[in-house]
Amino acid sequence: MSSQDIPEENLPAEQAAEHGHGAVSLADEKHPFADPGLPPHEHRIQDVDERAAKRSERTVALLFTISMLATIGFIASYVAIPHDKSIFVFPLGHINALNFALGITLGVALFAIGAGAVHWARTLMSDAEVADERHPIEASPEVRAKVHSDFKQGAKESAIGRRKLIRNTMFGALTLVPLSGVMLLRDLGPLPHNSLRHTLWAKGKRLVNMNTNLPLRPEDVAVGSLTFAKPDGLEETNEDFQEQIAKAALMIVRLQPENIKDKRELDWSHQGIVAYSKICTHVGCPISLYEQQTHHVLCPCHQSTFDLSDGARVIFGPAGHALPQLRIGVDSEGYLQALGDFEEPVGPAFWERG
Amino acid sequence: MSTTASNTNASGGGAGRSRGPAPAGERLADWADGRLGIYSLAKSNMRKIFPDHWSFMLGEVCLYSFIIIILTGVYLTLFFHPSMNEVVYHGSYVPLQGQMMSEAFNSTLHISFEVRGGLLIRQIHHWAALIFLAGMFVHMMRVFFTGAFRKPREVNWLFGFLLFVLGMFTGFTGYSLPDDLLSGTGVRFMEGAILSVPIVGTYLSFFLFGGQFPGHDFVARFYSIHILLLPGIMLGLLVAHLILVFYHKHTQFAGPGKTNNNVVGMPLLPVYMAKAGGFFFLVFGVIAAIAAIAQINPIWAIGPYRPDQVSTGAQPDWYMGFSEGLIRVMPGWEINFWGHTLVLGVFIPLIIFPLVLVAIAVYPFIEAWVTGDRREHHILDRPRNAPTRTAFGAAWISWYFVLLIGGGNDLWATHFHLSINAITWFVRVAFFVVPVITFVVTKRICLGLQRRDKDKVLHGRESGIIKRLPHGEFIEVHEPLSQEQLYTLTAHEQYEPVELGPTVDENGVERKVKGSQKLRAKLSNAYYGEDNQIQKPTVEEYREITSGHGHH
Repeated sequence: MSSQDIPEENLPAEQAAEHGHGAVSLADEKHPFADPGLPPHEHRIQDVDERAAKRSERTVALLFTISMLATIGFIASYVAIPHDKSIFVFPLGHINALNFALGITLGVALFAIGAGAVHWARTLMSDAEVADERHPIEASPEVRAKVHSDFKQGAKESAIGRRKLIRNTMFGALTLVPLSGVMLLRDLGPLPHNSLRHTLWAKGKRLVNMNTNLPLRPEDVAVGSLTFAKPDGLEETNEDFQEQIAKAALMIVRLQPENIKDKRELDWSHQGIVAYSKICTHVGCPISLYEQQTHHVLCPCHQSTFDLSDGARVIFGPAGHALPQLRIGVDSEGYLQALGDFEEPVGPAFWERG
Repeated sequence: MSTTASNTNASGGGAGRSRGPAPAGERLADWADGRLGIYSLAKSNMRKIFPDHWSFMLGEVCLYSFIIIILTGVYLTLFFHPSMNEVVYHGSYVPLQGQMMSEAFNSTLHISFEVRGGLLIRQIHHWAALIFLAGMFVHMMRVFFTGAFRKPREVNWLFGFLLFVLGMFTGFTGYSLPDDLLSGTGVRFMEGAILSVPIVGTYLSFFLFGGQFPGHDFVARFYSIHILLLPGIMLGLLVAHLILVFYHKHTQFAGPGKTNNNVVGMPLLPVYMAKAGGFFFLVFGVIAAIAAIAQINPIWAIGPYRPDQVSTGAQPDWYMGFSEGLIRVMPGWEINFWGHTLVLGVFIPLIIFPLVLVAIAVYPFIEAWVTGDRREHHILDRPRNAPTRTAFGAAWISWYFVLLIGGGNDLWATHFHLSINAITWFVRVAFFVVPVITFVVTKRICLGLQRRDKDKVLHGRESGIIKRLPHGEFIEVHEPLSQEQLYTLTAHEQYEPVELGPTVDENGVERKVKGSQKLRAKLSNAYYGEDNQIQKPTVEEYREITSGHGHH
């Protein structure tokens, strides 16, 4: 593109003549705030200096050429760089070389096209502002009347207003037919029944350490430690492991029995070892932060805080009720075992919870 | 084909064509016009005028990032397995070898580590999604603060709003797909929120997850929602949005030569074709470069989802942050009665979440009702010239940001060494107080700026030149504004507040004034009453000052 392509009306001589028409009304004593009309077009250096236009042309061509080179660079990187190679790039640190090379070359290839096109538009294409008329969106009164009468004519010919039986049964049929679609959604899932009330815990189930996969003895639980446990028999490879652990996850801490303020908590503990549901009663995040000194546990999602020495009641945050406690004891072989399921549903509250 | 060409030559062939058949491009265009009528379409659109302003490119950012998301998303579907079957990892990322994980997570690792360029496309996809949402947010604010939503564009405002909301949910379902520990925690949060819905909550949850959480279905279901249902609706809305932009023609700011009945700018072909087309490449290029240097959602560092595990500092993507804030700062209210539980502590945030969004969505209709203005508006308002609207918008933004602070309260606490308790209480109070303060302050600022404009029109621009008069007085020289500036600063319209009129008619019979009428009059006064906008300078004021003894 050279300056020969610039429309003639952008050249200074044409512009001056044009401006006279542009003014809507000239300001005078009576109308000091009158609209002076479109300002005269200001010429860019490229409009008047052919050498500047040539420079712009070369800049645009250079940008497009850079893009081509970058695409070649992209292909070369794709072929040449192994996908697991890591490089050090300041200040990013050690990063994947292939990702870096592909992203930068692709970015440059795309950006250069954009920069070239925009530079072309800004420096070489006409920048004269043009005014276009707007037309009202609304139809003219005649069109409006025509449409209304057409509609009435059509409605009359269908006799939908007169034959009410047809109209009403049609509305009835159209209302009912989507119900089939709604019915088909029924098998999206089973009904809840009371599945949210029960977990895998039952009388005699041993508490198995989540990390070692070994049954826990009371002496394995030290004061100040937080141990996560699962019911005996639940393995990661089980088909329903995720659903089961989502309810059965347990946290175990050992307190000094005299520090336990809640009587029921003490009754349900074993030598100061208490077992609570790990699933937050707010919206179900697993609670995982334990503060030894205060016996508080904190849910990292929404910061609900529970006091494990006082029935796990809520002391801060959005949770609505205490964590359910699991009643534990020791079986004949000295392993920690559950003395039943949780007495209340674990996890977030729901309508049927009661 | 030869007949077509000769026909054209015979009927419309000008002097240029008599030398031979028309060029191939022209013949192809004639062929298409005979079947698609493209010439009538091109007649009004090819040289369509677009006004120029930097803020008009915000919508383009959204459009282009959406296209980038679709392009990269299609690529990702070629490798992603939307399945929750548990498999043992044997891929090239050593720390996770031997771990159980879902196929979804496994295939995302495969995309990230074994597919060459897969990580780049994943990162472009995620970054483009964040930019898409941020772009829509800012674009929406541009439209809001300049009053571009007024008649005839209210429907397009709603289309845009729906795109924003659907974009949020498309984003949410998208980042849940890899089934990693972070996104799984977000899904669990959503499940907990659904459970709180009275009466039907548990049923909704069981239907969504195909049983108990997490089940084996949600990734596949989210997948079809994420790649088909929501983007399909969004694509339709987007096309409708653009058609309306073309149909209504673009708005413009007031200025010399720019009226409500014209549109001043440069033509689509060639200037905007090049600028807007080029801008697509600029946006794509920048996002590609970001994806090259800025890691996003490194799921290998987060690990596969397990309902009994979580990492600290769990945050959703930013656009979900305000809902996170709602849920974090809400007191844990629970009401138990007749064997049922009303989980207000979760359900109230769940209700406020859409209300926050709806508050801004319905605003154009409220303003139209207050003004009672039925005319078309194509000239944009400067925000200062609509102080109450601007104040409302600023208050809404401040509300949104208060909730964002709440959504990141743990990060605020750890980064600024603050008590999380104090932040939570701050957000609880600020939720009610900050929007009010923002409203009042913004309105004052707008009125101040209006006064300044008025001063400029009447007294001219402060030139900064201090002049000493013969008798020793110092004055600052004010330069009168140019005609262009005078017009621009006085071009805006100002509404009069609605009057209720007399409450008794001419016969002395009491006239019933409906409550809605009273409310409208009150609101109208709050918008356009004496203290709520500065009357723009009148011709008389101007003449009095300029024609007198000159200005000081």
